[in-house]
Amino acid sequence: MRALKDEGVKFVFGYPGGAALHIYDSIFKQKAFEHILVRHEQGATHAADGYSRATGKPGVALVTSGPGATNAITGLATAFMDSIPLVVISGQVQSHLIGTDSFQETDMIGISRPIVKHSFIVQNTQDIPRIVQEAFHIATTGRPGPVVIDIPKDKTDPSQLFKYKRAKEISLRSYQPRVLPHPGQIKKASKKILSAERPVIYAGGGVILGNAHKELISLNKLLKAPVTNTLMGLGAYPAKDKYFMGMLGMHGTYQANMAMHNADVIIAIGARFDDRITNTPSMFAPNAKIVHIDVDPASISKIINADIPIVGQVKESLIALIKEIKRAKIKIDSEALDRWNIQISQWREKHGLDHDLYLSKIKSSMIAPQVVVQELYHATQGNAFVTSDVGQHQMFVAQYYHFNKPRRWINSGGLGTMGFGLPAAMGVKLAFPKQEVVCVTGEGSIQMCIQELSTCLQYNLPIKIININNEALGMVRQWQDMNYGGRHSASTYSDSLPDFVKLAQSYGHVGMKVTKQSQLKKTLEKAFAMKDRLVFVDVYVDPNEHVYPMLVAPNGSTKDMWIKKNTKA
Amino acid sequence: MKRIISILIENKPGALARVVGLFHQRGYNIETLNVGPVFDGSFSRMTVTTRGSENDVEQITKQINKIIDVIKVSDLTEGDHHEYEFIMIKFKHSEKIQKILKGLNGKIHEKNKDAMVMSAWGSSSDIEVAIKSIGKVNLLEIARSGSIGLHEGEKVLKI
Repeated sequence: MRALKDEGVKFVFGYPGGAALHIYDSIFKQKAFEHILVRHEQGATHAADGYSRATGKPGVALVTSGPGATNAITGLATAFMDSIPLVVISGQVQSHLIGTDSFQETDMIGISRPIVKHSFIVQNTQDIPRIVQEAFHIATTGRPGPVVIDIPKDKTDPSQLFKYKRAKEISLRSYQPRVLPHPGQIKKASKKILSAERPVIYAGGGVILGNAHKELISLNKLLKAPVTNTLMGLGAYPAKDKYFMGMLGMHGTYQANMAMHNADVIIAIGARFDDRITNTPSMFAPNAKIVHIDVDPASISKIINADIPIVGQVKESLIALIKEIKRAKIKIDSEALDRWNIQISQWREKHGLDHDLYLSKIKSSMIAPQVVVQELYHATQGNAFVTSDVGQHQMFVAQYYHFNKPRRWINSGGLGTMGFGLPAAMGVKLAFPKQEVVCVTGEGSIQMCIQELSTCLQYNLPIKIININNEALGMVRQWQDMNYGGRHSASTYSDSLPDFVKLAQSYGHVGMKVTKQSQLKKTLEKAFAMKDRLVFVDVYVDPNEHVYPMLVAPNGSTKDMWIKKNTKA
Repeated sequence: MKRIISILIENKPGALARVVGLFHQRGYNIETLNVGPVFDGSFSRMTVTTRGSENDVEQITKQINKIIDVIKVSDLTEGDHHEYEFIMIKFKHSEKIQKILKGLNGKIHEKNKDAMVMSAWGSSSDIEVAIKSIGKVNLLEIARSGSIGLHEGEKVLKI
């Protein structure tokens, strides 16, 4: 308890059980942090994760051994893929029972190994303060990530007394996370960037994790280059800025994907050339030189070879790069850059997203899911924290909700975890009780962690849930429409969906149902006016809507896109 | 191409599993593996041989480096190096096998009426050749240490 308090922990999300009972008893006796009782351990890890993404601080979850530990696995993997700092404490059976297949025993260290940044098993009670301190240090520094601390029950026995000690600073001989960018590489990068005629800034989640969005904006005040963000990077660069092209990749904008394909210099910052970005790697950006800044050397030249790799914290690297660009004698060819920016505007005009769809669809009977997001954007003045689950609704938010600030867009990018949105929103709401927190979800995803509605009642978390209900696993069905002859194998269930309004009500919340375009705006306004209540808005949308653009795969580059049904760009 | 990767790692429970697990997780194969405590016993040195292109090995070494318990990683095959492997063989009396092993610093450890136990060491390629020529006839069992190696010259793997 003392060690967690010294780490500044405010919330612990957890679920008790036999092996964690000593810990739970001491939680009862303390006031340093609040314990949030979730309804499933997956919810605990996602809530801690959401808390971390919104605040930048590490999230903490506490689970018992066996099923408690295994239920936490999906949340750990989610955090690992998106480099989110979590500390997950799992109870373990007593030391002398380990390895005997005892009740609720599972090898948590073994099971979690590939999806954690590091893990500890407590062998001596007096090591707990050091291990907790090291766990937070490892989780939050370098490329962040989740850390597991597995504690056998006997190591938390209250009879085990010792003098509490906390080290002033941590030094691990095998872990030196602080890396400063190499000045020579910064110089080379500056030269390459300033000689570009068609530069693109491609910024990812690393900019947000590294708290470097201000530096990114400063960099582009100098360069005036087009900027695109990855799904994880949305908010790292203000969406309202005229140089912003929107998201890139699988469902990225036409202009962003075209710009990547035609660029002569790509400045990749805190991004990892994921397969959802590059499409076929051998066909990716054929004429571009790549400058790649990342804190994790293993991300550099993993998929796409970097011409100028810069290993370093994003913030420090950008500061150094800005300084070097200001100092440089050569200036960027502004005429060429103007031509390039005009070209991008032309692409935008040709096949860009229609951000005024809500105006043109006002008379239509069916609700377009894109319009739901646009109306949501207006209803919240673009200021909400928006969490999402995974699927079409997630892509529609990424495309149509303009994020101008970092840490406002909270979704499972790398792992793509359905069920993430609601518990993540709980973590965000606890961190920012006065701010609007919206979970945009689908009727598929929401049912994966629906039990957390009960947690929201217990702790009075007035989240707004926007359920984009197309009565099908929309993204699965989209692929089946496009690639499997429209055979909707195991992707529909319209005859067996719950009545979400009643469901929300039975959990003590408010439920609203929208089936017509004409009701949409008013219902959203009504929902957001209920400041103190969780409102579940079940919006029935056009079930035939697909997410476009969509990269053509396999064997496509980023210029190969479907821009609407049956139409390639 | 065959690669010899040397790893200096904390001698802690579970550390070995993190390295071995990573090879599988990232889709690489371990051909041989040797590990033992070194220096004051708080370190272990692992030697792993694997196959892969230059890019593969760069990615493997970077990923291994990210394991918190790992202190240093080096691809011995990048430069000049010394590399040996030690084997022990139990076999039914055979002049042929004895002769092959003698050529590889062979030493007799046990000799009874039915069988012999011998050890031998040499470069892993010599060991491979020897094992091939020993064949199956008369061979009872064989144990291999896996490659171990050091950089040539001044380069060392220590903290």
